[in-house]
Amino acid sequence: MQQSNTLDTIVGLFVASGIAGLFFLALQVSNLSSFTEHDSYTVIARFQNSGGLKIKSPVSAAGVKIGQVSAITFDPKTYESVVRMSIDSKYNTLPDDTTASIFTAGLLGEQYVSLEPGGSDEYLRNEGKIEITQPAIILEKAIGQFLFKSAEEKK
Amino acid sequence: MVAEYLQILGKNTRSGFTKLGRGTHFLFQTLSGIISVLPRPRLLLNQMYSVGVLSFLIITISGLFVGMVLGLQGYYILSDFGAEETLGVMVAASLVRELGPVVSALLFAGRAGSALTAEIGLMKATEQLSGMEMMAVDPINRIISPRFLAGFLSMPLLAALFSTVGIIGGQMVGSGLLGVDEGSYWSQMQAKLDFQDDIVNGVIKSIVFGFVTTWIALFEGYDSIPTSEGVSRATTRTVVNSAFSILGLDFILTALMFGDD
Repeated sequence: MQQSNTLDTIVGLFVASGIAGLFFLALQVSNLSSFTEHDSYTVIARFQNSGGLKIKSPVSAAGVKIGQVSAITFDPKTYESVVRMSIDSKYNTLPDDTTASIFTAGLLGEQYVSLEPGGSDEYLRNEGKIEITQPAIILEKAIGQFLFKSAEEKK
Repeated sequence: MVAEYLQILGKNTRSGFTKLGRGTHFLFQTLSGIISVLPRPRLLLNQMYSVGVLSFLIITISGLFVGMVLGLQGYYILSDFGAEETLGVMVAASLVRELGPVVSALLFAGRAGSALTAEIGLMKATEQLSGMEMMAVDPINRIISPRFLAGFLSMPLLAALFSTVGIIGGQMVGSGLLGVDEGSYWSQMQAKLDFQDDIVNGVIKSIVFGFVTTWIALFEGYDSIPTSEGVSRATTRTVVNSAFSILGLDFILTALMFGDD
């Protein structure tokens, strides 16, 4: 009996350490703990061009992450990109004249939505629309314009 | 001459399919035998010890070294681009998605799979299995099914341990030795790795590998020619076939899981 008791303990330790490993991976390594969907509200912004923005790209205000992009769709009538963002409900005091712009983190980094609060007294509600937006800067376009301009100046 | 070759070719093809058929039959017998294991957890516990616990050391030590190597190599490449801070992402993503399940499954096949084949092959060679049948004890229920269940349950735990230890090893080398900021090692990792896409898919991979490896090991042992040479060949086949199946399945699973973002 003593023998099989130690065996039980060792197998128990093995299973416990395996499950602890799974928990470590879930909580410490992945984003499971950092952001949950249920305590958030949605705002919608229309961009001329959403560039390399992806679902789950960060949404930040003043450099702090306050939410993430939940859906990106194309509107076939206005030819705009409709970006839905879920914002943490802690931050429910964004004015309704907030501007949204798409920036790139670093030269080669991922793209994110940056919200800049305006001065209105009304706050953005769930499913609220952001009216003023600035599209993503497409690097190829910018370089093309620059080359074109410098070629013109030389003439 | 040509007819002879065709004959051999046909014979080999046919015996290959027959073996696959026997293997499938064996798998169903084993799966239905699992029901009879459940009321006797002692059988399962003993096998969890010899399959899981005894593989613990090789898995954790290999995981530690793989993580440390990833930390070193990743640092040298990433520091060229000034992106050392993303070392955590690189180490964790490659471990959780690929190396964790695959390398631990290969080690598992070498450590536990070969032992299972040799054990069952020797049981067959020394006529223990037929002895059991004489005593009206079904050797599948008594011998095979507990081992199958133990391998199937141990593999995801071992893969999770491998990844965990590897990530800690990468952190030890990265921030302990090379001076990557510890906070950004973890925070970048948490920002980039997704629970559903990365962790769950990695665990699914390890479950599939555990299933296939244990199945191959047990079937090769059960199907071996009951001589010392037959058992040694069966053990070799276990390791070779497991490695092929793990790597082949890994490609298919990766294409299915991480195909489009």
